[in-house]
Amino acid sequence: MAYNLKEAVKRPERLTGGHRMCAGCGAPVVVRTILRAIKPEDHAVIGSATGCLEVSTCLYPYTAWKDSFIHSAFENAGATISGAEAAYNVMKKKGKIKGDIKFIAFGGDGGTYDIGLQSLSGAMERGHDMVYVCYDNGAYMNTGIQRSSATPTFADTTTSPAGSVIPGKTQLKKDLTLIMANHNIPYVAQSAPIGNFKDLHEKAEKAIYTPGAAFLNVMAPCPRGWRYDTPMLMQICKLAVDTCIWPLFEVENGKYKVNYKPKNKLPVEEFLKVQGRFRHMFKKGNEWMIEKFQKDIDEKWEMLLKLEG
Amino acid sequence: MAKRDRLSGNEAVAVAMRQINPDVVAAFPITPSTEVPQYFASFVADGKVDTEFIPVESEHSAMSACIGAQAAGARTITATSANGLALMWEMLYIAASSRLPVTLAAVNRALSGPININNDHSDTMGARDSGWIQLYGENNQEAYDNLIQAVKIGEHPDVMLPVMDCYDGFITSHAVENIELLEDDEVKAFVGEYNPDFYLNDRENPISVGPLDSVSHYFEHKRLQAEAMKNAKKVILEVAAEFEKLTGRKYGLFEEYMMEDAEIAIVVINSTAGTAKEVVKSLRAKGVKAGLIKIRVYRPFPVDEIVKALKKVKALAVLDKCDSFNAAGGPLFTDVTSALYGRADGIKVINYIYGLGGRDVKTDDIEKVYERLADIAKTGSVGEIYNYFGVRE
Repeated sequence: MAYNLKEAVKRPERLTGGHRMCAGCGAPVVVRTILRAIKPEDHAVIGSATGCLEVSTCLYPYTAWKDSFIHSAFENAGATISGAEAAYNVMKKKGKIKGDIKFIAFGGDGGTYDIGLQSLSGAMERGHDMVYVCYDNGAYMNTGIQRSSATPTFADTTTSPAGSVIPGKTQLKKDLTLIMANHNIPYVAQSAPIGNFKDLHEKAEKAIYTPGAAFLNVMAPCPRGWRYDTPMLMQICKLAVDTCIWPLFEVENGKYKVNYKPKNKLPVEEFLKVQGRFRHMFKKGNEWMIEKFQKDIDEKWEMLLKLEG
Repeated sequence: MAKRDRLSGNEAVAVAMRQINPDVVAAFPITPSTEVPQYFASFVADGKVDTEFIPVESEHSAMSACIGAQAAGARTITATSANGLALMWEMLYIAASSRLPVTLAAVNRALSGPININNDHSDTMGARDSGWIQLYGENNQEAYDNLIQAVKIGEHPDVMLPVMDCYDGFITSHAVENIELLEDDEVKAFVGEYNPDFYLNDRENPISVGPLDSVSHYFEHKRLQAEAMKNAKKVILEVAAEFEKLTGRKYGLFEEYMMEDAEIAIVVINSTAGTAKEVVKSLRAKGVKAGLIKIRVYRPFPVDEIVKALKKVKALAVLDKCDSFNAAGGPLFTDVTSALYGRADGIKVINYIYGLGGRDVKTDDIEKVYERLADIAKTGSVGEIYNYFGVRE
C-alpha cells in the first residue's frame, strides 16, 4: 500500500508522549517515525545506547516505551540487542514465543560512530535479524555538546571550540553510512525526517522487514547543540538534504540508490547560517571556511553519485 | 548413573554446558579459557545442543550480549579469563544490578600488566565486589560440579544474581584428571527450565530494563541487591544438599580439612589447596595439629561460618594468589581478618602473597608457612604480617 501520512499516524504510538526530550529535538520524531513502520501485530524489543534518548524516555519508575525496552550501557547497544535477538531465535524454536518480535537498537552518534562502533560492527557482521538506527545529531549532546567523529568540520562544540587560533572542529565528518554499507549487509540507508516522512518511513519498513542486519543513519538535529530556534527543526532537515550535506540514499544488497537529487542544489551557507554552531564561519576573513565546507560537500556528493553508477 | 571419564577442566566445563543446554552462549577467546567456547562451538555445530552461539567481537560484547539474552528470557553462559574479564568489568556490574543470573566460567589467569598467561587470582579477585556470586573450585570435578550448581543458585527467585565458576588456568583448565560426570538427563532435571517472571521477549507483558535510576530509587535498588547476596548463602547450601543427594559429593561454603583440633591453619583458594593438603597430611603424621580451609564461596563471604571454623586456632596464615597493592595485604586476608575482628579476637593472623603470574607453588613453601605458624603459636610473637613466598627479593 502506498505511503500515506494520515494513515500512518493512525497507528498507536509506540513511544508515548510524556518523555522528556527537548522541544525541537529531532530524535523522538525520528524514533516515532521508525516505530510507526512496525506492523501493529508485531512486538518490538528496543535497545538504546546511553544518551539523551535513553535518559529522557526511561526514568524509573516510568517508561515511555510501549514495547519492551533495554538499556545496558553506552558502547554496546549492538551487542545487547544481538543477545536479545539470539534469545528470540532459540525461544521461538522451543515454542516459547508465538508471533513475531522485531529488534531495533538506537544510538546517538556518540554511541554509534565512536564508542559503540566496534559493538555495532560486530552485530552487523554476524548478521543478526535486527535494525541499528543511529540518530545523528553530530556531537555528544547528552554530556553537553562535545565533538564527535560525526561533528561537521568547523562546528563549534565544547571540546572543539571556535577560538582565536583554532576555528572549531578541524577534521572531516566520518562517513559511517558507507562504512556500514561495506559490511555487506542486506540493507543500509541514510535518511532524515523531512516532508511527510515518506523517505524515513519506507526505509524503516524495509530495514525492519528485510531479514538480517540493517543499518539506518538518520539526521536528528539538536536545538541546543546546533543552536537553532526549535520550530525550525523540519526546515533544517530539509536544508541539509537540499544542500546535499545529508544526502538521502540507500544501499540494498550492495546496490546504491540516491533517493533524492535536488533540482536546485542550494549553497551550504543556507544550512550553516541558521545555526549558532557555524556563526564564526560568517565573520569577515573566514570566507575560506565556507569555501572549504562547500568543496568537501561537493566532492562527497559526486562520489555518492559515482557509487550509484 | 555417574560416568567416569578423564577430562581437562575446560573440557569438563564444556561438557557441563552441553548438559545444561543453555539458550545462548556468547564468548570471545582468551587463554586459558578459549577451549570452553571452542568445545561448545563444536557441540553447536554437531547439533548436540539447542543453543544460539554468538561469536562476539570482544568480551565487552560477550557480557553485553549475555545481558541482552538473559533479559530477553534466555538462560545464558559465557567464559573468560584475565583481561577478558577486565574488559567485561562495566557489564559485570550491570548484569548484577539488573538481577540477571548469567553464568560465567572464569578461568583464573594473571591480569596484565605485564602480560602473563599463567594462573593467579588477580582477575576474579578484582571483580569480587561487582555483585557476582563467586564459587571457586580446586580441580576439574569441582569446576564441573560448581558450574551445574551455579545455574540453579543464580536463578533462584530469592537470589537472581549472576554467578562465576572460578578455577585455575592451566593447572585445572588444561590438566587432564579423572572425573565423575552426571548423565545428561540428570543435569537437565537438576537445572530445570529457565522461566523468568519478566523478560523482554514476552509479547503480552512488555518490560523496560536498565532505566535511569535517580536519587529517589537508586539506593533502594542497591539495598535489594545486597539482600539478594545475603539470601544467596542459604540457597547455595540448599542447592549443594540437592546436588549431594544426586551425586554423593558434598559441597559447603568452604571445605574444612583436618580442622577439628587444628592449632595452626591456612586459608587458601583453588588448586593450591591440593598441594597444601599433602603438607597437612605429612605434618599430621609428625603429630603437628595442622589444618586447612579451602574457600568455595567467596561471594557472599561466609563470615559467621569462617569464624566458627577458625575460633579454636592459635595461629593462622591466609594465602592470597593475588596482591592488593594496598601496602597491607591481599583480598582474602582482608576478608578473613575482618570476619575475625570482634568475633574471634586473639587469633594471630599473617598473610602470604604467592604464585603470582603462575609461579610454582611447592610443598616446601607451604611447609615453611606452617613452621612459622607453629613458632607464632608457641611464642605469641607475630612479626611481619604481610609476607611473600616463592619470590626473589
